[in-house]
Amino acid sequence: MKHAALAFHGVSAAYRDELVLERIDASVPAASLCAIVGPNGAGKSTLIKAALGLVPLTAGSVTVLGGTIAAMRGEVGYVPQSESVDWEFPISALEVVLMGSYGRLGLFRRVGRAERMHAMDCLEQVGLTAFADRQISQLSGGQQQRVFLARALMQRARLYLMDEPFAGVDAVTERAILRVLGELRERGCTMVAVHHDLSTVRERFDHVVLLNKRAVAVGPVSTTFTTEALQRTYGGRLAIIDDAESGRTAVVAGS
Amino acid sequence: MTELFRLLSLQDASTRVVMLSTASLAIAAALVGSLAILRRRALVGDAVAHASLPGICLAWFVAGDRSLAIMLLGAFVLGLASMGMMALVHRLTKAREDATMAIAISGFFGLGIVLSRMIQNQPGGNRAGLDGFLFGKAASAVTSDAWLVFAVACVVVAIILALRKEFGLLCFDRDFAASIGRPVQRLDALLLVLVALVTVAGLPSVGVVLVVALLVIPPAAARCWSASLGTMLVVAAVMGAVSAIIGTGLSAVLPPPSGAESGGWPTGPMIVLTAAALLVISMVVAPERGLLTALWRRQRLRSSASRSIGSTP
Repeated sequence: MKHAALAFHGVSAAYRDELVLERIDASVPAASLCAIVGPNGAGKSTLIKAALGLVPLTAGSVTVLGGTIAAMRGEVGYVPQSESVDWEFPISALEVVLMGSYGRLGLFRRVGRAERMHAMDCLEQVGLTAFADRQISQLSGGQQQRVFLARALMQRARLYLMDEPFAGVDAVTERAILRVLGELRERGCTMVAVHHDLSTVRERFDHVVLLNKRAVAVGPVSTTFTTEALQRTYGGRLAIIDDAESGRTAVVAGS
Repeated sequence: MTELFRLLSLQDASTRVVMLSTASLAIAAALVGSLAILRRRALVGDAVAHASLPGICLAWFVAGDRSLAIMLLGAFVLGLASMGMMALVHRLTKAREDATMAIAISGFFGLGIVLSRMIQNQPGGNRAGLDGFLFGKAASAVTSDAWLVFAVACVVVAIILALRKEFGLLCFDRDFAASIGRPVQRLDALLLVLVALVTVAGLPSVGVVLVVALLVIPPAAARCWSASLGTMLVVAAVMGAVSAIIGTGLSAVLPPPSGAESGGWPTGPMIVLTAAALLVISMVVAPERGLLTALWRRQRLRSSASRSIGSTP
């Protein structure tokens, strides 16, 4: 049996006196691509932050790669929501990617030649070599998202937690991200991503956590991502149309 | 004219010390201010500055002493208290940060004005000493305490240089910094303490009302010229130092306003006006973002558009 790369044991978390996560039990097997899916306000970002130890838990615990997050921090990569930062910040794409090496460098050591070369490598993997010295405000939304992905690659992690890596990206970026995620999985890495587009869950992910403050359903996409489970997650405002021929799923949200 | 020459050639030992201390302070303030702006904490300096007036007065009451070190200690303590109060008001009233800062700025300054009136009515409490803290003393009066300010500035610059990488990360992406295990709350607190330190150290030369300018104007001007944080820090530091030197120089050289009792122009407004002039120049001529570049681009676009229309048969 494969051990879980990430496991939540009865996790609860509150934001300003309001419970946003209620007794979550969920586990993600190693070397899988897992989507966290649920309506707005379901606590998807909070779940990722709880795994990273960025929000205090009111109950329960999280196991990361078999240990505590404090012990395994160096093995965990993070891609925050791209709106969470100021893209007018005076910094180049390369400098953002280099931040992925800070965890290994510690507080006082400076970035050196080896880090720069590795960072250029990471930019190449997401197809942005030509943009290394660009100030980040001059990049498109998709390119900015790829810079964040390159920074995560720079972390050389075994578990990647991503908050909406596919939000508002162009087709080129989408392909680049999918290719990188595929390569990471072949290397045995585990990826957990908050995902909004229900119609692409089946083709892109193999594992899913359906979340609405509670873990409504957790498991392999093939058996867990069902109409019934989705309707329980979204409160019956969804219709799902399966097209057997193409294997695609169409999702219609009601008002 | 001979005075100007004497000043610029730094023949006068006391002028040299004053320039050195004011310039080093301006450099420290520019570095801290750049980070504070990027972390959206620029106005914290103003709150600290206004809270320092009651701090200075309380130090006078408690110690009965006019030594600068004790007064600045009082200012620093009340500066930190104002930050604590802002956090408390924010938590209890749910008011936004801008509102809590306005509350702290006006509230503490009101207290300071009342206390300073009480001091003036006491024997030995003359107005000139406190006025110096409001708008900055004349350049000639600052000499004795210059080394204290210089020392504070050096400590602040050293801390920023040592932790530059971490502060950059904190300002750009706090969540990511926390995710790799950085003590973000402590770094945030350290940045606020540095803001308080430079603000308080700037009081003798620039004064309560204007000291925030040292934190904000040079970094804003520097941003016009910089695409990276490293460049921004260097340019801001240079602009801060230049403003301090020219401002202090003007204060020493200009003939005193007629009828003035204490004599000489206060350094604060001179430094601030010099910095503001540099900001205006930067906004106009800076490459990429400057006004002139924008006009030139528009002109070029227009002419190329009219040419392509003209060439259409």
